Amino acid sequence: MQTTLNTNRRQFLKRTGVIVSTFTLAGPAAVVPQTVAPLPGGLNANRMLDGWVRINSNNTVTVFTGKCEIGQGILTALTQIAADELDVTYERVEIISADTARTPNEGMTVGSFSVEQSGAALRFACAEARAMLLAAASKKLNVAMEKLSVNDGTISASPARMTYWDIAKEVNFKREATATFKPKPAAQHKIIGKPVPRRDFPAKVSGGAAFVQDLRLPGMVFGRVVRPPSYRATLQSVDEAAVKALPGVITVARDGNFLAVAAEREEQAIKAAQALRASARWTEAPDLPPSGGAFFDHMRKMPARDMVIKATSPATASGGKVTSVEAEYTRPYQSHGSIGPSCAVAQMKDGKLQVWTHSQGVFPLRAELSRALRMKPADIVCTHAEGSGCYGHNGADDVAFDAALVARSLNGRPVKLQWMREDEFAWEPYGSAMLLKMHALLDESKQIVSWQHEIWSHSHNMRPTSNPDGIAFLGSWHLTDPARRPTPVNGPQPNGAADRNAVPLYDFPRQNVLLHFITDMPVRVSALRGLGAYANVFALESFMDEIALAAGEDPVAFRLKHMKNPRARAVIEMAAEKAGWKPNAKNYGAAPNIGRGIAFAQYKNLACYCAVVADVTVDRNGMAKVTRAVAAVDAGLIINPDGVINQIEGGIIQSASWTLKEQVKFDRQRITTRSWADYPIFTFNDVPQVEVHLINRPDERPLGAGEGSQGPTVAAIANAIANATGKRPRDLPFTPEKIRALIV
Amino acid sequence: MPDYTLRVNGAQRTVRTDADTPLLYVLRNDFELNGPKYGCGMAQCGACTVHIDGRAARSCVTPVSSLAGKAVTTLEGIGTPDKPHPLQKAFLDEQAAQCGYCTNGMIMAAKALLDSKPNPAVADIKNALNGNLCRCGSHNRIVRAVQRAAGVKA
Repeated sequence: MQTTLNTNRRQFLKRTGVIVSTFTLAGPAAVVPQTVAPLPGGLNANRMLDGWVRINSNNTVTVFTGKCEIGQGILTALTQIAADELDVTYERVEIISADTARTPNEGMTVGSFSVEQSGAALRFACAEARAMLLAAASKKLNVAMEKLSVNDGTISASPARMTYWDIAKEVNFKREATATFKPKPAAQHKIIGKPVPRRDFPAKVSGGAAFVQDLRLPGMVFGRVVRPPSYRATLQSVDEAAVKALPGVITVARDGNFLAVAAEREEQAIKAAQALRASARWTEAPDLPPSGGAFFDHMRKMPARDMVIKATSPATASGGKVTSVEAEYTRPYQSHGSIGPSCAVAQMKDGKLQVWTHSQGVFPLRAELSRALRMKPADIVCTHAEGSGCYGHNGADDVAFDAALVARSLNGRPVKLQWMREDEFAWEPYGSAMLLKMHALLDESKQIVSWQHEIWSHSHNMRPTSNPDGIAFLGSWHLTDPARRPTPVNGPQPNGAADRNAVPLYDFPRQNVLLHFITDMPVRVSALRGLGAYANVFALESFMDEIALAAGEDPVAFRLKHMKNPRARAVIEMAAEKAGWKPNAKNYGAAPNIGRGIAFAQYKNLACYCAVVADVTVDRNGMAKVTRAVAAVDAGLIINPDGVINQIEGGIIQSASWTLKEQVKFDRQRITTRSWADYPIFTFNDVPQVEVHLINRPDERPLGAGEGSQGPTVAAIANAIANATGKRPRDLPFTPEKIRALIV
Repeated sequence: MPDYTLRVNGAQRTVRTDADTPLLYVLRNDFELNGPKYGCGMAQCGACTVHIDGRAARSCVTPVSSLAGKAVTTLEGIGTPDKPHPLQKAFLDEQAAQCGYCTNGMIMAAKALLDSKPNPAVADIKNALNGNLCRCGSHNRIVRAVQRAAGVKA
């Protein structure tokens, strides 16, 4: 990655991997024998030390990660970790990411795992590399290791000194890591914990080449796809000849229901795609489910596999009188809404395929391309290049497959294929609609004694390699010989997927969580930031509020009464204090109505702890506006405080937008969300003031924070609207129509 | 296809293309400028924003044939890596992005505002940027960056 403002094309190509270097890459996790001792994080499946760190001859260091930059700042944070463990300055470290030809295979960049997995690997690999360099220097200088000190790669034992770069030739990293060299304690960190500026920003503010969209290769042409008008439409006829005759058109690809074009110029490709679309005749059927409220009645009846996620002893009353409480909550299909439609560059030359992609997993993408195109993985290189923020599985992998298909008919010329806005909105996989049914029993001391959480949901992971019984690419389902769609699989606890964060962290003595996992997908779905956590935390934390209010107890005190976990308590208490929480305050009745709500979750019950307090106003037309959000976050050892704040703050704003505005629309035949006019999101005038307060725990391991605020935000807003109006919103999004219906 | 001569970032550039070709593709593909981004092609998101004679315009819906005698300025034209415009510097100082795909449009729309109103109120900034979409939730940082730049003489 570039650290200066000057990012030219050659540097871009170098960064994104045209220049292939030659060192060892460990095989996939499956080939590691079971008897081998486990290594930390990504090291376990990528055990060769030289796959992670290399001392260059020009007084620099290169480190490698299988994780990729998706706007979350991971490459900056990982570089901080490497620099600190190696005792070199941040500026000396170059980082190479997510490239099947050059980096470790760390699977997908998902689940807020990157600092935990790749960070752990780099901490141990760099600590070991440093120890090896010191051992070599000790021998050379004939000075005991413990008498050596290191400052920016210079090893000193007064008066003798030498540098990493002097000694590097004598140290062989071409061996398995042992992870026997302990990373530094927090007290010795110099760069970890500092708000180091993002290394990718200088190019982005000045027009440097920063995105896959900015990649230009010699002889490159431009591609576009023409999708069917609806999911299961079939192509009857299309005038390929007329489109082939248009200026600049190089190829018109037609294979079953798959249509694409390539042209010399981008605007020619767009015009050709428009002409192709205009001439295509399709057969369609009204095969989509009903939308709006009727959808959820339909959803409840869809065939589902029932999975018991958690079951403690049956909810029986233990003598005393109990109060039973029930409520249902819904969340519609929601879009990733990436600002830049998905894009890839592909080149097929001499039987080898090279793809530049903003996929979140270059290795899974390669595996899926290999099966879909019937090519050997060794003949495919997938190299990550940034796209616009994705927030999960958008069109990134699909467009890589589209580009590869088109590249096959271009005689070695590379093609840049970008989806149009409409392609992205209508064809990307959405976050699943969900229905949550909650039930609780409250005893006479107003303590929750039983908790039941029932989920109806589609899959939250239809990514490449999610299930090898099928192919995950949209385009592959449209071919004459269509690929089978992967059978949906729910990711298991403790991370969970549809059931993510459905198991309460509260100390309820009886907890039952049941998932009705719907395997049909009449509307295309996959991973959206937080997976099921957004809706599950919405239901769980709204329901906590409902019960607290029914019991006449303050929402903050009621939560603390049921929570022993000290780190959870600390963020709840801090968010309440920083927001100026007033116990039992009832703000409603004023005009415009003002309300305040709180909610909490530890993301996945494994990653960062986050509590959010939201302030809202609700006008008489039902228009809710979030005016302020205050968050408290515990992400263990913080690598980059500004990075964590940026993620939590951005997550709050995005989640608030989902909550108040967003739902994918469809009629019985077609997805009708096609442009931003059909799918409004937050704009500057909607955005609340946001404050994020961090609790740093230097002696705890780092916890992922990238998705930590999605769940608490929606529930805090719901609770604030209830506080403002005295009415409980349970169906997302909280549009003026829905809130008006509640308050009149 | 006719030739069109455009004045882009102070230099005369010529391109041979159809009259209705959106300026965006000429800037990105013929002149190899990365600043303006394709976001929607319908003037809905602002990622493609450039200045035409000093006013913010959506290059995705601006035909190349409409630009005779006009000056086009892109993100590359307002400052260089060595001599960044105060807005570019302020976006770095405030770390006012996450993915950075909308950043071009934010800076160009903000520049149009500051050029006509050097000391804007927060409400002015929000109104000026309200038609530019950001999905990562960097809005508050962007507003702070514009405020910071407004305090600096260009």
